[in-house]
Amino acid sequence: MEALDLARWQFGITTVYHFIFVPLTIGLSLLVAVMQTAAHRSRDVERADAWTRLTKFFGSLLIVNFGIGIATGIVQEFQFGMNWSEYARFVGDVFGAPLALEGLAAFFLESVFLGLWIFGWGRIPARVHLACIWMVALGTTLSAYFIIAANSFMQHPVGAMLNPETGRAELDPSQGSLWAVLTNVTALAAFPHVIAGAWLVAAAFVTGVAAWHMVRHHNRARQEGLETADGAAHERQARTVFRPALRLGVVAMLISGALLAITGDTQAQIMFQQQPMKMASAEALCETQEGAPFSVLTIGGPDAFAQDCSSVTHLIEIPNLTSFLATHTFDAELQGVDDLNAQYKEQFGESVTDVHGTVHEADYRPNLFVTYWSFRLMIGLAMFSAVLALWALWITRGRGEAARTTGSTAFAWFAVLAIPMPFLANIAGWVFTEIGRQPWVVVPNPDDPTIRLMTMQGVSNHPSAMVITSLLVFTVLYGILAVVWFHLMRRAALAGIPLPRRDESTDELDTPTLSFGY
Amino acid sequence: MDAFTDPTGLQILWFCLIGLMFLGYFVLEGFDFGVEMDLLALGRGSSSRRSTMLRTIGPLWDGNEVWLIAGGAAMFAAFPEWYATLFSGFYLPLLAILVALIVRVCAFKYRDKREDAAWRGAWDVLHVLCGTAPALLWGVAFSNIAAGVQLDENRWVTSTLGELLNPFALLGGLVFVLLFWLHGTLYLTLRTEGAIRADARRLAAVLAVPVLLAGGAYLLWHQLAHSGTAVTWAALLVAALALGAVLPAVRAGRERLAFAATAVAIAAATVQLFAGLFPSVLPAANDPALSLTVANASSSEHTLLVMTVVTAILLPLVIAYQAWSYWVFRHRISGDEGPMPGTAAVAGLRRRYRDAFEQE
Repeated sequence: MEALDLARWQFGITTVYHFIFVPLTIGLSLLVAVMQTAAHRSRDVERADAWTRLTKFFGSLLIVNFGIGIATGIVQEFQFGMNWSEYARFVGDVFGAPLALEGLAAFFLESVFLGLWIFGWGRIPARVHLACIWMVALGTTLSAYFIIAANSFMQHPVGAMLNPETGRAELDPSQGSLWAVLTNVTALAAFPHVIAGAWLVAAAFVTGVAAWHMVRHHNRARQEGLETADGAAHERQARTVFRPALRLGVVAMLISGALLAITGDTQAQIMFQQQPMKMASAEALCETQEGAPFSVLTIGGPDAFAQDCSSVTHLIEIPNLTSFLATHTFDAELQGVDDLNAQYKEQFGESVTDVHGTVHEADYRPNLFVTYWSFRLMIGLAMFSAVLALWALWITRGRGEAARTTGSTAFAWFAVLAIPMPFLANIAGWVFTEIGRQPWVVVPNPDDPTIRLMTMQGVSNHPSAMVITSLLVFTVLYGILAVVWFHLMRRAALAGIPLPRRDESTDELDTPTLSFGY
Repeated sequence: MDAFTDPTGLQILWFCLIGLMFLGYFVLEGFDFGVEMDLLALGRGSSSRRSTMLRTIGPLWDGNEVWLIAGGAAMFAAFPEWYATLFSGFYLPLLAILVALIVRVCAFKYRDKREDAAWRGAWDVLHVLCGTAPALLWGVAFSNIAAGVQLDENRWVTSTLGELLNPFALLGGLVFVLLFWLHGTLYLTLRTEGAIRADARRLAAVLAVPVLLAGGAYLLWHQLAHSGTAVTWAALLVAALALGAVLPAVRAGRERLAFAATAVAIAAATVQLFAGLFPSVLPAANDPALSLTVANASSSEHTLLVMTVVTAILLPLVIAYQAWSYWVFRHRISGDEGPMPGTAAVAGLRRRYRDAFEQE
């Protein structure tokens, strides 16, 4: 394999891995902040106790997850220079700014306030401690915003011009400069989509874990007998601790699901304008077509894994849907992959020179197979969460005295197995958008295509052996860490929440403190 | 652009700001590294003793590390050519640093997630390794930046890994390790009480002289071979005086003063290394005309201006709330079991503690 492919694999593996944990951190820090706020504001002692326990429980899980996100995030910043030095030279003037902003505005915020939140209980007033977790949630969200703004410059460069003297992209004050980069329409569409995706991950996580324990306590209560002290305690744990957590998760799932659909729709329309090749590949739309259908199932011939369009057969199609997705009209004409490729060859040249000075024949098509299927996988996996949300909503229906819990182990298992689905949907979404960006690392803006760079022109000039070394090191290290992470998350999630006990003499609940000091 | 064009005010400002961020990183994360090294040196085989030590940096290390992230990103934004050449050119050392930093984060977060001694012991070993390795490697890396590397016309580093591991750089690595170790040990005297504090004092007294000798030799070598300006002489003098003050301060029981002295020494050494570079940012040892300089490696004036405005707003805010978190966690950590017979990690070193103690 060439150093280029190795560097791409490394970036893909490290970034996908990083983004397994990051959405959970973003979403869970917000949900934990909501839980702690509920604990803080509840007048009712039992409710305050329940939310405090939940904050402590999900907070511990958040901390385990936070660590691995931070650890794998450092690699990202270094990698642009280590493996993509020519890309870094080309865009540094523009792309470096949101990264620096991310460091200054987001990373300091989340790490300093996370430290205060974990260790600060008892040293700062409870209100300030609560503010700390909100700061953490804000920091993680801001961080996502800045990195999306940076990524959006690669998808759709704005606010910059090509300096013919240096051959590099530079911020251009006449085009809005950094402000234009930060308010790039691509970023404004992608950011809420990514954030909603992160919320869905955390919401499904909270729902799954809470459902598991709710069912467990529900059944324990009936085993012990509801009239016994232990049975009543388990019943209370199911009803007043885990059911509210589950309902919080479900509400968050519904909100984020709706937001995902809306923002996804907006994004698709923007993408059809800005990156028609990506969307044509997402549909495996080979030829230009009016009223293009959306295919649910497609098979390809022997060349289906490559860029070849000729052997693709759509088996199940929904007529006109793709045209509708693109423009909200049913009979719009959409350009196909082959036509776009021919058009780009005319516009950007038949050949391209890589960093080593080797000339290659230009091919402007991304990998059709991956683009097509990752797009469908993203949508399909997210749908899975919708089923969980509706089931959970139904099975826990009722208010006040009539509020239901359930002992259905089928539901508990379904809820737990639904946890990974939004994670995988997130991965599929990123694989789609980044593979669909190929062969560009900076896709030319259709309005002003002067700023553009192909991936093969952005890579560092390293011997393959060196990149193989780092690829192996990261893969093995990340593999080990995944095992450790899973072990600790599983352990902490299964540990559950200790049953509240009342002190006989003072009649007070043994509500835990929110000190997480490890 | 020509390597010898005069730099603009903004370019100089950003060179200083990046120097400042690395200075922040070394001064703050330096004591975290040192405390991690002390898990071995002062741990005495006791897991709870090591827990106490780790608790002194538990809430703070993460914010300290962000100075590196901010410094790296600022380098990317303000001097993309420097960032690209440096990070691609120092590929394998940076890979090693990354591995250490990754494992280290997990050690911090995961060590206390289980009670059993084997689990904690394993993470403690990783703490010691991953607190020492980055110190060593940053020393090697910054020495090579200061001394210059082989560059070609494409601004690609052509020095081999073997060439990067030259005597000057290895001494630099050793000095970084020793200096951070002393810095962390003095930090422990401020943040612990009882036996750990007493042990830390003794260790600091033992370390002070080797640090002064090795650090002084390294900075003098740098000064004579790779710098020689008045500013760097001044920085060298400050660093030497500060290191010289450590032992008397420790002996006099002036722990804050001693810690301040190592902080000043680290800051002055960083200033010396950066100021010695100017107007280069990465000198080409093979041909000065190929050097990356403040003038030819930077972003456009406009980008620097925008970044200056943004930084002027954000940086004071960051410093303010980070300082507040230090204020919140200013108390001493107790929970020390008192002196206990443990397996001495380094037998000779231990004997010398006792000698130092008797002198005191």
